[in-house]
Amino acid sequence: MDYDVIIIGAGMAGLAAGIRLAMYDRRVLLLERHYAPGGLNSYYHRHGRPFDVGLHAMTNYVPRGTRRAPLTKLLRQLRIPYEAFRLCPQIGSEIRFPGVTLRFANDFEDFRQSVHETFPSQREGFDRLVERIEEHDELSLDARPIPSRPVLEEFISDPLLIDMLYCPLMYYGSPEENEMEFGQFCIMFKSIFKEGFARPEGGVRTVIDALLARFREEGGELRLRSGVRRILTRKGRAVGVELQKARGVTKLGRRRAEVLAMADEPGEVIEAPVVLSTAGYPETLALIDDRTARSEEAPPGRMSFVESIMVLDAEPRQLGIEQTIVFYNDSDRFDYRRSDDDCDLRSGVICCPNNYAHAKPLPEGLLRVTSIANYDRWAALEKPEPYASAKRRWLERQQEKVASVLGGDFRAHVVADDVFTPTTIHHFTDRIHGAVYGSPRKVRSGRTPVAGLYVCGTDQGFLGIVGAMLSGISIANARVLMAGS
Amino acid sequence: MSTSTSVAAVVLDIIATIAPDEDLDDVKPDVRLRDQLDLDSMDFLDIVMELRKRYGIEVPEEAYPKLATLDSCTEYLGPLLEGKL
Repeated sequence: MDYDVIIIGAGMAGLAAGIRLAMYDRRVLLLERHYAPGGLNSYYHRHGRPFDVGLHAMTNYVPRGTRRAPLTKLLRQLRIPYEAFRLCPQIGSEIRFPGVTLRFANDFEDFRQSVHETFPSQREGFDRLVERIEEHDELSLDARPIPSRPVLEEFISDPLLIDMLYCPLMYYGSPEENEMEFGQFCIMFKSIFKEGFARPEGGVRTVIDALLARFREEGGELRLRSGVRRILTRKGRAVGVELQKARGVTKLGRRRAEVLAMADEPGEVIEAPVVLSTAGYPETLALIDDRTARSEEAPPGRMSFVESIMVLDAEPRQLGIEQTIVFYNDSDRFDYRRSDDDCDLRSGVICCPNNYAHAKPLPEGLLRVTSIANYDRWAALEKPEPYASAKRRWLERQQEKVASVLGGDFRAHVVADDVFTPTTIHHFTDRIHGAVYGSPRKVRSGRTPVAGLYVCGTDQGFLGIVGAMLSGISIANARVLMAGS
Repeated sequence: MSTSTSVAAVVLDIIATIAPDEDLDDVKPDVRLRDQLDLDSMDFLDIVMELRKRYGIEVPEEAYPKLATLDSCTEYLGPLLEGKL
């Protein structure tokens, strides 16, 4: 065997799993099909500026030394000092529905107050719901899935409050439409309301660089531009992977080179008795060379998004934008499902990366807007046209929406922008339908029909950047280190 | 140094690596480590992994309860670590 463990995907989960295994002397190979690590949480340059791909906020923020918190646990497990992520806490965020606003920052008491004042009749129910959430062990690897809506309705009688609680939690983590598995609800509730938001100084790159440095320090090996074509099995056991054939491309631009490098032809075979895949559950099953294992039922997710990033020539605060993140909804009910049109602007998320307590202010103003989208509609648009015009048209509508939600007009201050769509997400993550939060079916145990093949990351079910890292750690611990394999 | 202090020192040194923020100055040898320090099951796994990495000794899962206090660590790990410190 060439390696003890092969990990597919150098996103947050793959990097964290890789560090754990390399730390305890496993020969680890981390394979990433793109030219940079990070997966959904990567970064890129455009118009000479660095942009983060997915990051609005790192959830699960707790101050240094906080006991028994997911962030503390994962830093310990990876032997990364707290300071390495350079986390800057948020200023304050809002959930805005017609005529009602809930405010929260990184102090749960403030949020509880805000709920109590806005929904006096729901005080007791809300507090009892919080107790129920605290009792739930959402990080257990053998938890059984139950829907959250009936649980919420048991405690809260006002559907508006239920919608307002769901809005940020669903936008930041739900692969399901208008529902959320209760364990996932608890993970998101704790990570957003009980803990909080922070942004790494320097953006997501700070986190990726810290993980990469640890992985290399422990002797792990990373290969970029190495897409997996098939997961190889023998008698129901994983034995390695076959890469896609890499082609030498020199004179073409990066995006074009990417397409050619992923040509679907058999390439190198690499052997290992254990394969950890962060590719997603249905996506991993589709890679297995054994037809019976491949036919297992796993629905791909349907939730994907359009995200616009706008660069401003002024500090957002000078333009009256004080919030870190605003989750808005302006229709009667919050409707979290795949959009019928290209995008659905009835609800959305507005993020202002400047509004974190940075040690040094960001060089320019930034605003990011996320809207629910429809993968099939975007995938049907030919590139460059009419795809590019559709992006432009929806960017303008998003801008109009943001101006009306926040009040005041920032539009004259936009000096550059970039828009990504469900097809961009599909391109960079290979998630079917560009489903950011993966499949609605989560595999808590990490097990697949193939022995020695495990999934971690989004489809194992821990959410967010911290969740993804904890997922990589938990599966590496439970399925490799404790198994003694 | 007697064997018992050195086994305790080995365990405390490992805990210092795993949990650098913990204050290890006054750890009582006869009180459960979990009750005096912020350690969870992931941390106990790491104590076992570090013992294997540093001293080549295997602690099977059914023996994890024997690592509850510094005293019980000394009793259980003493013979396994003999000649390795």
